[in-house]
Amino acid sequence: MASVKKYSKETAVGVFVFVGLLCIAYMSVKLGNVKLFSDEYYNVGAVFTKITGLKVNAPVSMYGVEVGFVEKIELDLEGKETNGVPVAVVTMAVKRDYQLDDEAVASIKTSGLIGDKFVDIALGLGMETLQDGDVIYDTNPAIDLEDLISKFAMSDGETN
Amino acid sequence: MNQHTDAAESANALTPLTLLGSKSLRLFSEMGAMFLFCLHAMRLIFSSWGQFPKIIRQIYFIGVKSVTVIALIGLFTGMVMGMQLYFALSLFGADGFLGTGVALSMVRELAPVLTAIMVTGRAGSAMTAEIGVMRISEQIDALEIMGINPMSYLVSPKMAASIISFPILTSLFNLIALFGGWLTGVLLLGANEGVYFYRVQQSLEWDDISGGFLKALVFGVVVCTVSCYQGYFTHLRRDAVGPEGVSQATTHAVVMSCVLILMSDYVLTSLLW
Repeated sequence: MASVKKYSKETAVGVFVFVGLLCIAYMSVKLGNVKLFSDEYYNVGAVFTKITGLKVNAPVSMYGVEVGFVEKIELDLEGKETNGVPVAVVTMAVKRDYQLDDEAVASIKTSGLIGDKFVDIALGLGMETLQDGDVIYDTNPAIDLEDLISKFAMSDGETN
Repeated sequence: MNQHTDAAESANALTPLTLLGSKSLRLFSEMGAMFLFCLHAMRLIFSSWGQFPKIIRQIYFIGVKSVTVIALIGLFTGMVMGMQLYFALSLFGADGFLGTGVALSMVRELAPVLTAIMVTGRAGSAMTAEIGVMRISEQIDALEIMGINPMSYLVSPKMAASIISFPILTSLFNLIALFGGWLTGVLLLGANEGVYFYRVQQSLEWDDISGGFLKALVFGVVVCTVSCYQGYFTHLRRDAVGPEGVSQATTHAVVMSCVLILMSDYVLTSLLW
């Protein structure tokens, strides 16, 4: 008992530092989304003609279920993989549990009123599954609300 | 002494411009002295193994004993943020973003700053008073005579303990504040629980969290440097001597720490993000 009392200060410091390090670790890994085990995900690319509003780390979902996130967004002006058509290349990290087939369609959609953009993947009937580094070419670009409105305004005038 | 009063009188007799010049010179030289003081203290942290028990004792004082007050402040800050943000966001139907608001404002700004200010009040003032009293009762001179470096004996352990304690206290503050936001926002006002935690997790990036910890580290160094410097040079104060000097030094240390915390916070925020 005497020794416990003698080292009570040291014990308190030990507990403090230990709990503190746990808190820091929790905040970094859990809240900071640090990927400790990068094996959990594989990368799939997708080429879009327009990605207005999509941000890195935006969710990637399949039938409404989150299966990954957007890892990188690049501009490919030379169109290396699309026969010279300039595109935006979105690299997505998808959980290994979910397999995509080679006819999957990726579209950029909007959630909520304020308009967070996310990538929605719909599976196709392809025979082969996509591997790490493969690219989806069948995509739907982000819908531009202003384009829609102006199109509607124009057509309204013509049809009547 | 005579020279001093002469200089002061002639400064008073001269233009306000000269007065401004002498004031700013004094300010800059104090800043420089403080910076060197800080570097010296940091270097002496690693001077010997004997520092280790002293550092533990200081962590106990600066860190462990601040846990209660940090927990209370964190809880109530989180609760009031949850309440206010819920009110503001529900005005335009965006109460789903409660988690984003609470998490970002806590992690990036409020947790490091409020922790630093609370620890200044609790431990910084005590550091100044302790070292100041040792200075005016000539205990620091006694240490020097015994061949003990007063910097490494008194200041360095406090510096090391601040550097360790501040980030830990900040992370505690963060987690408790997020809990507090959940308490009012979700339990009391009825925001969606799943959405709250989803937004918290989704909105925070590694940059936000590491930036918050960097702030905490810088504030720890600033608070410790200012407090110890003010105490260490109590005897050089011009405005008061003896016990009054200690009280002046303590007041000055707390005010200066708080001002420097908020100033360096602005600089860090604009540099980090």
